[in-house]
Amino acid sequence: MFDIDLWREILQSINKNRTRSLLSGFTVAFAILLFTILFGLANGLNNTFSQAFVDDAANAVYIRSGRTTKAYKGLQAGRRIQFKTEDFDYIKQEFEPSIEFITARVYRNAAASYKNEKNNYSLRAVHPDHQYLEKTKITQGRYINQRDMDVRTKAIVIGDLVRQDLFLKEDPLGKYINLSGIPYQVVGVFKDDGGDDEERFIYMPLTTAQTIYGNNDYIDQVNLTYNPTMDYDEAIDFGLDLEKQLKERFTVAKNDQRAVRVFNMAMQNKGINQMTSVLGILILIIGMGTLIAGIVGISNIMIFIVKERTKEIGIRKALGAPPKAIVSIILIESILITTLAGYFGLLIGVGVLNWAGPSLKTYFITNPSVSQSLVIAATLTLITAGAIAGYLPAKKASNIKPIVALRDE
Amino acid sequence: MLKIQKLHKSYPIGDSKLHVLKGIDLSVGEAEMVAIMGSSGSGKSTLLNIIGMLDEADEGDYILDEVPIKNLTEKKAAVYRNKFLGFIFQSFNLISYKNAIENVSLPLYYQGLKRKKRIEKAKFHLDKVGLLDWASHLPSELSGGQKQRVAIARALASEPKLLLADEPTGALDSNTSRDIMAFLQQLNDEGKTILIVTHEEDISAMCKRIVRLKDGVIMEDNFVNQVRATAHV
Repeated sequence: MFDIDLWREILQSINKNRTRSLLSGFTVAFAILLFTILFGLANGLNNTFSQAFVDDAANAVYIRSGRTTKAYKGLQAGRRIQFKTEDFDYIKQEFEPSIEFITARVYRNAAASYKNEKNNYSLRAVHPDHQYLEKTKITQGRYINQRDMDVRTKAIVIGDLVRQDLFLKEDPLGKYINLSGIPYQVVGVFKDDGGDDEERFIYMPLTTAQTIYGNNDYIDQVNLTYNPTMDYDEAIDFGLDLEKQLKERFTVAKNDQRAVRVFNMAMQNKGINQMTSVLGILILIIGMGTLIAGIVGISNIMIFIVKERTKEIGIRKALGAPPKAIVSIILIESILITTLAGYFGLLIGVGVLNWAGPSLKTYFITNPSVSQSLVIAATLTLITAGAIAGYLPAKKASNIKPIVALRDE
Repeated sequence: MLKIQKLHKSYPIGDSKLHVLKGIDLSVGEAEMVAIMGSSGSGKSTLLNIIGMLDEADEGDYILDEVPIKNLTEKKAAVYRNKFLGFIFQSFNLISYKNAIENVSLPLYYQGLKRKKRIEKAKFHLDKVGLLDWASHLPSELSGGQKQRVAIARALASEPKLLLADEPTGALDSNTSRDIMAFLQQLNDEGKTILIVTHEEDISAMCKRIVRLKDGVIMEDNFVNQVRATAHV
């Protein structure tokens, strides 16, 4: 029910007392302003964290090897641990249900040339799953596939910067690049959100690299992503279990920090997650506190308004105003002031975030902003807040007896 | 029109009670013009407030236009006040930030009339009190007599059965008082029932009946020969 006359009444009343309405709105505007800015900054901090790992899967686990630092079961310290294909297969089979994607990596460097262009690049020999682990984006052609692995094809996928260096404006697909004397066919081109460094890589099938560089089945590193249905604690347990099993497999002391290293993103994420949620709760408490102060302020001023308008309310009642009409006037006035002031604060807050956002990058705050859903939530909160602030005063107003009001000369 | 029997009202003062009305019996017929007189503290205002449903009696019956007024909810009281009664106050009680026509149309708003209809009716009543040209003026821009006439127009707007006036001339000089009384007499001639509370003898003389209160009881209740207000001019 939209009653234009009711709104006319309310606007008339607000307009009549501009300063008072402004003052009462100020606290709420300030509360929302503060809340918006704090929330935006927290969001910015969050963005920085999530951007730091943007080129890798969030549920990644890296397994690397090194030399043992402790003597164990009769074996001397300083022994080199070398992963092989059988170790890769062991991990894959043993932890099957916990693994989403898995790949091995072999690193090499190579001098690449095509026609007259030459340059040095890093090679990564990988399994097909590597594409999903590294969030590689294929822009042309395809990635390494299982057939490449089986047949040990001399196929490569090159980064976009490699393409620019070697092929200039030529289409690289199907062309042959010379890598340290051996020709490889380009089957795909990729981009990576990780930036320029990531786009200077060349990917080739793991099996091909193992055959050509040393004719062995060595692996430098195993990367995997854990099953995303696992929560942080389950994922952390999985990582610890994996590390324990591998140490046993290679007869490495449990407390040897270098021989077998399992880096689990879940641990990192759990820490960040805990920090940001604590930060979020803190901001919510501060914001709510300020908002409550604002509500109390508005409520106070509305009580004062009712007191001041006692006589007017008495006159209205004498003229036949039902209690409902009196309550709605006070309540809607309160809601209107709260909502308008709140939105004003929100707008200024968003403005400040937009204006100051770019210069805050050095403080680990990236793109601070508030989301659409927060704005909607804020609107609902403000309307509720206005209703709460207006409730007591409205109740007070409707209880005014006309006779008492009119005697008030 | 109006019937009151054995009406009692007392106000608490600290621990004790002040018995203001001690068994009032009064009945007023259609188209009467009654003055309720008495010194201050005689209970005349209290009686008017009870008749006006602004206050409630402790004991006794009050029947207005064959409707018993008892145990009213706020909502029902509001409806009855709007439908049955028009108030005229000593201090006019216009709403200061509303202009004349908005003040007059306020009871019509609470009647739930459409805006267009309200303005139309308010204009008619403003015209009746001779202030149509002042429709868009705020109360602060009007003289005392004009304010009281706007207030009368407002009291008439909802076409009530009974006009209640509490010292309607109390804040006006004698010339303006006479104007207002002349107007009230004219309304009475047209058939309106009017109750006026006053302590001024010459105002009461302009009514058709004088009820004298003292210490919460009716001392005298006489029909008199009405003095026409216009005769003074």
